[in-house]
Amino acid sequence: MRLFSRPLSPITRRRLAAFKANRRARYSLWLFAILFVISLFAELIANDKPLVMHYEGQWYFPLAVDYPETEFGGFLPTRTDYLDPFIRDQIDSHGWALWPLIPFSYQTLDMQMRVPSPAPPDARHWLGTDDQGRDVVARVIYGFRLTVLFALALTAGSTVFGVLFGALQGYFGGKVDLVGQRITEVWSGLPVLFLLIVLASFVQPGFWWLLGVMLLFSWLGLVDIVRAEFLRARNLEYVRAARAMGLPARLIMWRHVLPNAMVATLTFLPFLFTGAISTLTALDFLGFGLPPGSPSLGELASQGKNNLQAPWLGITAFLTLAVMLSLLVFIGEGLRDAFDPRHRHATATPEADHA
Amino acid sequence: MPEPILSVRDLRIAFDAKPVVHSLSFEVAKGETLAIVGESGSGKSVSALSVVDLLPGNASVTGERQLNGRDLTRLKPSEWSALRGNQVGFVFQEPMTSLNPLHRVGRQIGEALRLHQGLRGQAARQRVLALLEQVRLPRASELIDAWPHELSGGQRQRVMIAMAIANRPALLIADEPTTALDVTVQQEILALLKSLRDERAMGMILISHDLNLVRRHADRVIVMHRGEVVESGPVATVFGHPQASYTRTLLAAEPEGRPAPIAEAAPLLTATQLSVAFERPRRGLLGKRPPPFVAVQPLDLELRQGETLAIVGESGSGKTTLASAILRLLPSQGEITLGGVALHTLSGAALRRQRRQLQIVFQDPYGSLSPRMSVFDIVSEGLRYHQPELDEPAVAERVAQTLEEVGLPPDCQARYPHEFSGGQRQRIAVARALILAPTLLVLDEPTSALDRTVQKQLIELLRDVQARRGLSYLFISHDLAVVRAMSHRVLVLKEGEVIEQGDCATLLSAPRHPYTQALIRASSLEDDLTR
Repeated sequence: MRLFSRPLSPITRRRLAAFKANRRARYSLWLFAILFVISLFAELIANDKPLVMHYEGQWYFPLAVDYPETEFGGFLPTRTDYLDPFIRDQIDSHGWALWPLIPFSYQTLDMQMRVPSPAPPDARHWLGTDDQGRDVVARVIYGFRLTVLFALALTAGSTVFGVLFGALQGYFGGKVDLVGQRITEVWSGLPVLFLLIVLASFVQPGFWWLLGVMLLFSWLGLVDIVRAEFLRARNLEYVRAARAMGLPARLIMWRHVLPNAMVATLTFLPFLFTGAISTLTALDFLGFGLPPGSPSLGELASQGKNNLQAPWLGITAFLTLAVMLSLLVFIGEGLRDAFDPRHRHATATPEADHA
Repeated sequence: MPEPILSVRDLRIAFDAKPVVHSLSFEVAKGETLAIVGESGSGKSVSALSVVDLLPGNASVTGERQLNGRDLTRLKPSEWSALRGNQVGFVFQEPMTSLNPLHRVGRQIGEALRLHQGLRGQAARQRVLALLEQVRLPRASELIDAWPHELSGGQRQRVMIAMAIANRPALLIADEPTTALDVTVQQEILALLKSLRDERAMGMILISHDLNLVRRHADRVIVMHRGEVVESGPVATVFGHPQASYTRTLLAAEPEGRPAPIAEAAPLLTATQLSVAFERPRRGLLGKRPPPFVAVQPLDLELRQGETLAIVGESGSGKTTLASAILRLLPSQGEITLGGVALHTLSGAALRRQRRQLQIVFQDPYGSLSPRMSVFDIVSEGLRYHQPELDEPAVAERVAQTLEEVGLPPDCQARYPHEFSGGQRQRIAVARALILAPTLLVLDEPTSALDRTVQKQLIELLRDVQARRGLSYLFISHDLAVVRAMSHRVLVLKEGEVIEQGDCATLLSAPRHPYTQALIRASSLEDDLTR
């Protein structure tokens, strides 16, 4: 565990201090992290099944196990619908149940509605329901998680490909660079949106499909940055010293050049991330994104557009996206400043004598 | 003593409440050169910059400053701007970066005239031309429209001087004006400054770390050490009879001693008809490719075990290119043999295995160590790769031994390069090379970024290591004093061509080629030799 026991390098420490000194970025990071962690446990917060149940002296865990309705005095050997008033009465009279905070999942259709959907906010549905009678809060929580996970996966994938191609082009330069640059130029000329729309007409794109197709193009933005960093770093004296030492190219790139290039890459990541979120939302909004029924913020936005008489839909979608993207932009700003050597900190001392 | 142009009393400077200059008083008279000497960090540049209020915002300056009888402490920002570049001219160290690369030379000088004298158009151009002729820029009428990158370092420094004297300043401050220049050019620039000073009866402050220059070109000298004045007085007195022990250390810091004589041995490194050429880009898309630029003409080279061969030349002479070619870091033609292995035939993994035999120490102690790695990682990296069979304690043992050998404390292993001084960093770089137990070490100007006192220590270390290990050095330098202290044989390069080579002592005392003679004359070796 040498990696963790050693002290942080002074540069890293200075950057951490710079990031911490930026209050807006720090609070944004905390807020975003808390929201994300909460949304990771969406099943425990918004679900149409009780978390734990005590029924006729026995323990049940509906969250993990599917019980047939006959268990609870029903007639059909199908999966129990715990929101059914009959089942609820049964549970109340024979034991108790611990329900999640929001007793609806993202695809639960509320059958006990007294108003036509989309229903306005009330005590039962805090942000109302959408035009199919699904709880908006539950959909936002699940949608947030799905969007962030998608963006995370896309960003991670793009980083791996972008850094790999950029590093090879920059480090070896010459013909490798020339050919690589031309290929990426041609590749980046392909219209991604049209490709996705064409694709949507013959396959039903799921999470992984979308991720794969977008991954084919999203790494292109990073290549130029990483390539430039590698081009610059390969002539630094400590890189030349490593070459003179006889280290193979992969080790030099990994140990000596990559840490330099990672600065530019890290600064770029939040913007890749927000870009991924916007693209996914836009596709969902247009109806070429995730399959119908998935909890998607873009779909919520499009419902808001189609149901202008139900403003809670549009406002919720807008606010969720706005808050999420703003937090990410603030975090990105903080990161960029922390990594910017020209950014003056209170701790920095000028050279006493430049002779 | 004639009336002083500038007088400074009890100057104190602090950065963020940390004092860097303690109590400095001096006067500069008309037609006089005052030199401020000291090592890096002694506060000499800061003191001079504070005179014209050019320090960053976190500096606090107290003390009396008077220029031509005018109190400088009470000036408003607009009055400062009127003063700078007008009554006080500045020449900075770095001619490569002190000129704006996007403006033509003439326009940059013209700007100073426009701001302070309101000269425009043809009148300004005529003045600029006259100035360029005064600073003896060759082909002035042609170079007035040149871009900064088209000029050599010496020419740029002349342009800088023209800018500094454009408004007939009473005081000229030259901050290490020649440090970045070749020795032969250094002398020309200083001679120019001296004659301009006499013509215009300017006062001049010359900031330098180079005692030889100061001895030749200044009238009075202030020796500074860690923000304090150690000694001051006329040059002849200070250098002839130094009072303070620090001054004596500085004066004694000239590299001295000679390399230990070596026994006859078979050559370790031989290069036959070695040459390096760079392809030039095509003119236009379909144009013909111009003939390649030959950086190193075919040359033969031989180096025995335990011997030091110095490669001497000015910047652009191809000495670093030659070293890179021998290290096989650059493609080259010709044969290179090291210890019986024909290096020029190897490539890939076989070449990488041989690389531990020949290591390099670079010039820049700040750029040659990865800032993100601890000293232990930097030093052990090569060993871990070439001898993966060594376990953790064995590696640690070797690292500790090597650090001790180069005179670094054992507790420095966990620290990072930025915590060390230039001299210590250079020792780390030497340790990184030595741990692989090479037979040949290429030293690419290892001492030229260091202060003289530190230089001396490093030279002694390198000589010790050579005696102990029987290493061969390929020593690249433009500093003949260091070369004399280090090397057995010398090879003089000019524009990629060997113009003279031979035994070090013989060559330095009786140079045959005029270029070598000029080099030796310029580097003040003569004084020492005749002394």
